[in-house]
Amino acid sequence: MAALDSWPAIKDIARSVQAGETTAISQVEKALAIIEKSKDYNAILSVTSERARKRAVEIDASIAKGQKIGKLAGVPFIAKDNFLAFGAPTTAASHILENFEAPYQASAIAKLEAEGAILVAKSNLDAFAHGSSTENSAYGPTKNPHDISRVPGGSSGGSAAAVALGLTPFALGTDTGGSIRLPASYCGVIGFKPTYGLVSRYGVVAMASSTDVIGPFARNAQDTAIVLDVLAGRDSFDGTTIERQKQYEVGSASLKGKKIGIVKEFFGKGLSEDVRKNIDAQISIAKKEGAEVVEVSIPSIDLALAVYYVLVPAEVSSNLSRYDGQRYGLSATDAENLDESYELARERGFEAENKRRILIGTYVLSSGYYDAYYKKAQTVRTKLISEFNEVFEKVDFLLGPTAPGTAFKLGENVDDPLAMYLVDIMTVSANLVGIPSVSVPAGTASGLPVGMQLMAPQSKDAELLELAYAFEEVQS
Amino acid sequence: MTKFSDADVQKLARLSRLQLSKKEISTFKDELSAIVSYVEQLQKVDVAGFVPTSQVTGLTDVVRADELVDYGVTPADLLKNAPALEDDQFKVKRMVG
Repeated sequence: MAALDSWPAIKDIARSVQAGETTAISQVEKALAIIEKSKDYNAILSVTSERARKRAVEIDASIAKGQKIGKLAGVPFIAKDNFLAFGAPTTAASHILENFEAPYQASAIAKLEAEGAILVAKSNLDAFAHGSSTENSAYGPTKNPHDISRVPGGSSGGSAAAVALGLTPFALGTDTGGSIRLPASYCGVIGFKPTYGLVSRYGVVAMASSTDVIGPFARNAQDTAIVLDVLAGRDSFDGTTIERQKQYEVGSASLKGKKIGIVKEFFGKGLSEDVRKNIDAQISIAKKEGAEVVEVSIPSIDLALAVYYVLVPAEVSSNLSRYDGQRYGLSATDAENLDESYELARERGFEAENKRRILIGTYVLSSGYYDAYYKKAQTVRTKLISEFNEVFEKVDFLLGPTAPGTAFKLGENVDDPLAMYLVDIMTVSANLVGIPSVSVPAGTASGLPVGMQLMAPQSKDAELLELAYAFEEVQS
Repeated sequence: MTKFSDADVQKLARLSRLQLSKKEISTFKDELSAIVSYVEQLQKVDVAGFVPTSQVTGLTDVVRADELVDYGVTPADLLKNAPALEDDQFKVKRMVG
């Protein structure tokens, strides 16, 4: 295993901090020391040591006075660098936001801190979360903790690597088309993508507003569930948020009687034999433990990536139009006039993949092409949703691989954007349909982690976590 | 099969407010051709009976109460990242010329 250090379960850290058996400041110092040792992996873009120490001292003082802190008391965490946080830079791993200081804070950070968690660092990502390998970061790629010559997956590669390295017990990521689940799979940790709208996106850099979600990385289902329990629910600052379920924490779970559909389309050509073998082993476990396992078919899954690469660039081109170098961000002081100052700031501040997506988005939304591309993709999206709904009348969960293969080599796909996009072929559907989906570790192949993807209908996040926990229990 | 020319990419760049280099135009031309050709498979899909989806959880017209909300952000907070200011206003380059 690749971890530089280990942590107790989140509930145990919080309990012992609250009980005065350890201190919040010692948890923060521990995290900062491990982060210092992890530099070779380039998982971290900035360390928020000042605010972290200040907050830890406050928590310890409150506990000394007998106050109750919360279910994450003294637990350090890392957020992907597209979450706005007070007292920390937010670069989105781009040059255009290189010196940007957040004037307000993400609701997700605020909610975690209100329960006693402490932000210690911001993690690396593909610039603006555009990518599947973290190689599109303006600050260099993150390295896979299991093999430093390979990518950690993306776009939340820094957060996934951070948890795999044991920098903190959990980390936050964002998932627009697989950006939590893919790196979780490549790094051998759990990555949870909630139902669309379950977690507030206020204060998070927008990529594609109709699919963006926020979710946690952790080492096990119980830790994941505690964090989701804090994050989930309505937020008046984000109009797209939905009602939460009563609770997400998992206590006991069994695979017995669970109705699980194996998605046929995920097992076609393109799936590596290594991954197939590991996922087949998980299916055998489920059957042996008494789950009702049936094969199901969702034919439009084969079209999902094409739908995604119309709709998401369209939304990207719109969301990224705000970066114009006038009110904040990189500014082209040498420009002759206003128009040129837009063009130069954007040309210098965006990475190649940002530009590629802006150009595609502008193309599919432009007059004469809108119906043929954008509207058509939105309509195929509806067909995909209806096929998922039909299948969920027969089964409670879906199962398949998270990705067609294990972590690829750094540089392997950088010259072929379409090959890079194909890495997301198994994850994008859950985003287009808005359902929860989790990648859980499913062993290794040639020393590299394999991820299994589990999905459930919208607002069945608690049930999905329970299923992930059940798989984890039979393996331990 | 869509094939982008230099002029096509140049036009998209202009619409996107990106001043691309010659080298970028030449690379993007081929990459955009490959990506757009891939997504063109959607055009053959039969979608009779389906309407477009833009929102997946069924929420419509979410509005907040029409009252002042304190977001905890001051004008000074919002101006602190500005590249150029004059009298607490954003200063931009001249519009014409």
